[in-house]
Amino acid sequence: MMRTARGRPPSFYVLATLMIALLIFLYAPMLCVYILSFQGPDGGMSFPMTGWSTHWFEVLFAGTGGQGIGDVPNSFKRSIRLAACVSVLSTIIAVSAGMAYRRKFPGSNFVFYSAIASMVLPSIFIGFGIALTFNLLGWQVNWFTSGIGAQLTWSLPFGLLIMFIVLGRFNPAYEEAATDLGANSGQRFRMIILPIILPGVIGIFVSSITSSYEENARTQLNVGLGNTMPMEITGILTGASTPVLFAIGTLTSLAMFAIILGAVALMTVMARRRANRPDA
Amino acid sequence: MQLKKAREIDETTHTGRPKIRQVTQGHRFDVELVRVTKSYNAKSKAVDDISLRIPRSSYCCLLGPSGCGKSTTLRMLAGHEEVTDGAILIQDTEITTLPPVDRGTSMMFQDYALFPHLSALDNVAFSLKVRKVSKAERDRQAREYLELVQMDHLANRLPNELSGGQQQRVALARSLITRPKVLLLDEPLSALDPFLRTRMRAELKRIQKELGITFVHVTHSQEEAMALSDIMVVMNDAKIMQAGPAREVFETPANAFVARFIGGHNVLMSEGREVSVRADACRIGAMPGMRGASGTVTMVEYKGPFVQVSMTSDTGDDLTATMTDAEYFAAAPQIGDTVAVSWDPKAEHVLS
Repeated sequence: MMRTARGRPPSFYVLATLMIALLIFLYAPMLCVYILSFQGPDGGMSFPMTGWSTHWFEVLFAGTGGQGIGDVPNSFKRSIRLAACVSVLSTIIAVSAGMAYRRKFPGSNFVFYSAIASMVLPSIFIGFGIALTFNLLGWQVNWFTSGIGAQLTWSLPFGLLIMFIVLGRFNPAYEEAATDLGANSGQRFRMIILPIILPGVIGIFVSSITSSYEENARTQLNVGLGNTMPMEITGILTGASTPVLFAIGTLTSLAMFAIILGAVALMTVMARRRANRPDA
Repeated sequence: MQLKKAREIDETTHTGRPKIRQVTQGHRFDVELVRVTKSYNAKSKAVDDISLRIPRSSYCCLLGPSGCGKSTTLRMLAGHEEVTDGAILIQDTEITTLPPVDRGTSMMFQDYALFPHLSALDNVAFSLKVRKVSKAERDRQAREYLELVQMDHLANRLPNELSGGQQQRVALARSLITRPKVLLLDEPLSALDPFLRTRMRAELKRIQKELGITFVHVTHSQEEAMALSDIMVVMNDAKIMQAGPAREVFETPANAFVARFIGGHNVLMSEGREVSVRADACRIGAMPGMRGASGTVTMVEYKGPFVQVSMTSDTGDDLTATMTDAEYFAAAPQIGDTVAVSWDPKAEHVLS
């Protein structure tokens, strides 16, 4: 490969160009959405901008305004409510399961593969299957039974896999040392294991929020009365559209970035609190 | 009650450092292994029917090649590995099936296993914290032990802000604060660079003498074992080959394995028996009244005060002769030279 005395090889420029193209491909559409969400009141779904305003955000927050925005605020509430329950449950179950899987137990393979299978199977079938089962048993589908259940089939396997990776890197000598120093199993978990794996646990929590919030295929037949955000947006898309849709996109992105930044900030603060102990 | 015991023995030595010597009296041996076996399955045994007695306040090294069962033995002592058969006693009390914390042992792990999210001080104070000792009291005691290992100035550092040697000192303090009757060390020096290793070695010995408790130290370095041991246990193939004071093991190795493993010995056949001859008892050149062999020089290593000459004898044995530099340079045989080597028949030690 050619390489000038000090410069970078030509391949660097080729790869850098490719990388920039990829970044544009990834982020340009999002950027368009953010810009178009500030479209003037008379503007449409595409460029050019007819002026700058926060009109479409106002329409969104005004509630059911009839301008093709459906029932977004309530859908948002339902989605958040669902995401909160699912992420808490996923985190608790995934951490417990991860701890259990540090030792082989009878049937461990079966449980593992059945968890992974639900990740691999087409979502729509799983959603349909759950709805059908509820129907067969004469139960009413409802967000806090079948809804949460359906979403767990999606978020839980991911949580479990993250947990396997986290605990796979966990040095078992930490736990042996804690045992040696007299800690019982509760103290070992609370004082040693959990603090060390905490970044992974926060990761499971945040990824569960995201996977619950965006899940549609498994959720739609099982959530009962009232749309969630993905269902609502699909509805808006198929109906008459206004830049309200972009306002939703902008706010959603903001909320998701806030969650991620919040998680990162939390971890940074924890790291700093450890490092900045008062010197005695 | 273990803490109360800790309190009664604080006195200040002439150096001004608190002395934390522990009382160990009224028993003969700090550690006794009685026909201990560890097997993971029917076929293979990690430790095969070993018995060992370690006298009070000894520095004991378990020495052997990797896979010889020395680490398993240590882990059984610590209670991190179940004993398949046999019994373990600590200061005349059987502890074979007791949980680690009730044994009076404390283990220092090979990679130290310092809790990465806790400062040096909190690491050392951990065992007191799980026993619900008040914060002021556990910090005070932890500082005392950090002083013992000369780490009190870095008490608030996290483990990853400490060097390997410093981490080891903290790990040592964390183990000692439980006031163990026996401290177990799993290859404690293997992660350190050679300079630090020699220094920490002296430090370990100093602390063992100062505390007056028994240390059981697993190592694969015969040099380390000889430098430290009051009692040296050579293991191979799940069995104890020889146990005794370092000098006794070196001067009278029990068998060919021990002689070869601890180094500095030639193992050869003499008058139909297998014998060992110390390399420093061998001389280059044929001498009257001496036993001898002849061979080809394969390696000459100059080590400053002495020179080590390796050769292959005519019968195919590997021989080494160690001599002072003056003796060597008198004849100065080179690689490829054919030389005679001789030794006093009295220097032969018969192996079993």
